Amino acid sequence: MREQARWFARPTIACGVAALLTGCSAPLSTLDTAGPAAASIASLWWVMLIGASLIFIIVMALLALVFIRPGFGRRAPASWWLVGGGLAFPAAVLTPLLIYALWSGERLYPIGDPAVAQVDVVARQWEWSFTYNDAAGAPVRSVNTLHIQVGQPVRLNITSADVIHAFWVPRLAGKIDAIPGHINALQIKADAPGIYRGVCAEFCGSAHLEMQFAVEAHTADEFKAVLGSLPLAATGGNAPGVRP
Amino acid sequence: MTDTTTDAIRLHKQLDRIWRTPSGLGRLSAVNHSIIGRRFIITAFVFFGIGGILAMLIRAQLATPRSAFLGPDVYNQVFTMHGTVMMFLFAIPLFEGLAMYLLPKMLGARDMAFPRLSAYGYWCYLFGGSILIVGLVLGLAPDSGWFMYTPLSSRTYTPGINADIWLIGITFVEISALSAAIETIVTIFKLRAPGMSLDKMPLFAWYLLVTAFMMLFGFPPLIVGSILLEIERAFDLPFFDPTRGGDPLLWQHLFWLFGHPEVYIIFLPAAGVVSTVLPVLARRDIIGYLWIVVSIVALAFLSFGLWVHHMFTVGIPHLALAFFSAASTAVAFPTAVQFFAWIGTLAAGRPQLKLPMMFLLGFFFVFAMGGLTGVMLAIVPFNWQVHDTHFVVAHLHYVLVGGFIFPMLAAAYYWLPHFTGRAPRISLGVTAFWLIFIGFNVTFLIMHATGLMGMPRRIYTYDASSGWEWLNFISSMGSFLMAIGFALFTVDVVMQVTMGKRASRNPWGAKTLEWATAMPPPTYNFASLPTVTSRTPLADTRSMPSDLASGHGYLGFVRDDRLETLGVEITSGRLEQVVRLPNSTFIPLYTALVTGVFFVALLLKFYLVAAAAFVATVIMLLTWTRDWGDLADRGVIAAGLGEKAPPHTETSAAPSNWAMTLALFADATAYSSLAFGMLFLWVVAPNWPPPTLIEPSLPASLLIVIGLSAAWVGASRSVAPAVLSDARQRELWPMVAAAGHLASLAGFFMLMTAMPDPSRHAYLAATFVLLAYVALHAGLGVVFAGFGIVRSRGGYVSAARALDLRIGAQWHRYTAAIGLIALLLVHGLPWVMGS
Repeated sequence: MREQARWFARPTIACGVAALLTGCSAPLSTLDTAGPAAASIASLWWVMLIGASLIFIIVMALLALVFIRPGFGRRAPASWWLVGGGLAFPAAVLTPLLIYALWSGERLYPIGDPAVAQVDVVARQWEWSFTYNDAAGAPVRSVNTLHIQVGQPVRLNITSADVIHAFWVPRLAGKIDAIPGHINALQIKADAPGIYRGVCAEFCGSAHLEMQFAVEAHTADEFKAVLGSLPLAATGGNAPGVRP
Repeated sequence: MTDTTTDAIRLHKQLDRIWRTPSGLGRLSAVNHSIIGRRFIITAFVFFGIGGILAMLIRAQLATPRSAFLGPDVYNQVFTMHGTVMMFLFAIPLFEGLAMYLLPKMLGARDMAFPRLSAYGYWCYLFGGSILIVGLVLGLAPDSGWFMYTPLSSRTYTPGINADIWLIGITFVEISALSAAIETIVTIFKLRAPGMSLDKMPLFAWYLLVTAFMMLFGFPPLIVGSILLEIERAFDLPFFDPTRGGDPLLWQHLFWLFGHPEVYIIFLPAAGVVSTVLPVLARRDIIGYLWIVVSIVALAFLSFGLWVHHMFTVGIPHLALAFFSAASTAVAFPTAVQFFAWIGTLAAGRPQLKLPMMFLLGFFFVFAMGGLTGVMLAIVPFNWQVHDTHFVVAHLHYVLVGGFIFPMLAAAYYWLPHFTGRAPRISLGVTAFWLIFIGFNVTFLIMHATGLMGMPRRIYTYDASSGWEWLNFISSMGSFLMAIGFALFTVDVVMQVTMGKRASRNPWGAKTLEWATAMPPPTYNFASLPTVTSRTPLADTRSMPSDLASGHGYLGFVRDDRLETLGVEITSGRLEQVVRLPNSTFIPLYTALVTGVFFVALLLKFYLVAAAAFVATVIMLLTWTRDWGDLADRGVIAAGLGEKAPPHTETSAAPSNWAMTLALFADATAYSSLAFGMLFLWVVAPNWPPPTLIEPSLPASLLIVIGLSAAWVGASRSVAPAVLSDARQRELWPMVAAAGHLASLAGFFMLMTAMPDPSRHAYLAATFVLLAYVALHAGLGVVFAGFGIVRSRGGYVSAARALDLRIGAQWHRYTAAIGLIALLLVHGLPWVMGS
């Protein structure tokens, strides 16, 4: 099952289709995936695209037929159209789609596994700050660059210090809002070392565009070194008085 | 034959003399639905032009990377205003205008139920919209997005007047949406031709009926949200500020509780156009009439249950996500039923590829694609990726342009001969269609890819290395093509209006009643009103237009120089009453001007002026009906065709009584939104429980309970038959109601003044606003009671003519109910929540 999902997500195949338009190696492309969450959503997209295209072609063909062969449906009883087209057809399409979507969505929810490394993320106009625990357990901080270890899932606890922002690294996972007074969780994982660009996806004022950041995925050794070089954080993690 | 013609001309002269609108400046006094409907349509089209120019600015800016054309500050105003103008100042008013023009003619009536309200709504729309456009011209336009998310739109982060212009301007415009909703429902319920039972109504009326109900329940949450946000901005009462117990998510819930139904509010009237025009051009009655009615009602219910699908990324609990995802995909069913009913009708008929049909085919193509991407967006994981990207921009334009603009262009070409009495000489319509259709798809089809490649919405530029350069360039080129198409459409319409040749009557061979009028229609629509026995009245009686013109229908006469039309029983369409309508008057314009002073004073923070203007508006509204009515009972009067019915003033099912009931539905929705907000904050918002709770006060509670009970009893007694026939008692019981309201006002006042400063915490702020809300109602209750007494003294009230007291009684009872609920909420919630 998983192998099949991978097949859809494999960038070569995906790009084969998208290349007709532009190629999908853009730095923020949701289709040039580099992590399991983004990959699973990309396969969902290709499945839906194929299904939607088929439905669209069928409906348009019906319409064309009406004009090319006038009266072809004169003998079809009204209930064929209403029960068949209006009820049976969407039911046949939507039921499997919903099941597939719930199944694939279920695996994307951050599960409360205490072994997963946690990073507190605070958004403010117009920067991102990330607070981790280093090897000794002391809080360290980086700004506008999130360091993670390749192959290790990281749970991000995201909030905002002012207006609503949204944390989005398209090549790794879907987005989630950073809302003042609330903490939202997002789990990300990178499959390969590299730099993955992220942006604020919720309009947040005049410098909304400039609120960009990067996720750097390091190998285990590199990651340890990078974490050790970060400055200590003045305060630990998220502000009090918020509801998860 | 000549006799019939002379009859028709004589009747026309008599009717036109009393129904006509004066010329010159007197045009401003128009209340006639054909005129007001046209004004709505033309004004909406002007706003469409403004919104379109803003769209062109956006596409010009995004055509190339790192363009220096617009900076972020201007760009933010431009995209905010593009969305706001298109939604609030174009789409809704356009279909309101079309409905206002068409409905009475389709239903076989002479006007809408409340012509002066039509005019008042129009002026509110024009003035409110102008506030926004003036803001744009001065460079002070709103810039927080058309969705106005807090805290970005709060005073801390948007200190200027920009956000206030949005909140106050839009709320002003919403008066017209709510008044149109009430008027549409009452007109469809009551002002139909005798015999037109609900199941014989044209589908267009069903669509508009459902749309109007959705507006009635959809707009109040937005209005409440806007008022709360304006109060937070102006007086620092926290509702959305998380540091003081507010929650930005409350705004999102209130906004999308309106915003999602809004999409269907825009789509349904357009679908109504499709269901009307398509069967005519397919030369086949529509299949599945009842299926369609059931599916639009289902769509309306569903649309209120899935607002959360605009909020899939805010961190909603995950079972709720699954529910809203399933509910969102369920919308596909009623939409598919309609889609296949249309295709089935075409397949069973002999469709003609005339110009309106081309636009309908454009609608099928574009809307089908928008629907399919809509299902994709309802799938939660996919939504997490493409939410707030250009994929959504593409989707929403496919839905709104496909589901609204294409049908409206079809409507324009279909009904233009009716509006103007003219047919085109040479039509540019086909060229315009292809330009718009191709331009649209070039712009937006490719934009799906732009979104998938990661381009977020609402960014004013992008880098050359983003991979979006070509996609954006092509989109911009397509949009210019589309703009040329719309320009061509405008030229075409102007040419047809000014230079077209005379059109023949009923050029499309339609079967609905609007084509039974002359073209263009006379001021009174029908010289006499038809009898309806089927869904296709015009096909049943070919001679109907001339029969009606020569007076061979209901009310084929002029009585006492009064404007009259007929009212029917809601479901059966049985003749029930003779409704008298008002003629041209400047009062709606003056009232709207005073209302405008109120809103502008709020905007400029002249609160004393605003208070005075509010009082003046109430007084002016009362003058509408101050001297309106009969001084003696008339009993049943002739309605034509040998039938008789009482005047509407002497029934309990009069249109105005219904209007009050519907207004109270809307009011109750607003009140529930407020109560929902309070509960929501208590359960979800940060920094709760509040530092202090409000102490129950026995004297205040007693005053409120006793006062409101008295108001209830006074109201109930005031409309009892025995009381109504006794002039002295008729004044006594409204006085009891008024005294009850005053006592409760004193109680509410005690509670509000004893409260700690409401700016300290959202709990206090919400409580304060809840109390102020019911206090305002009690205050207006005193006014209603007083008005009933004044009318009774003026001789306008009797056992039969009791409308003023009945309307007042509805208000008193409603106020008593929400007042007691408020008391329960204020003192009960802390207890229930276990603080």
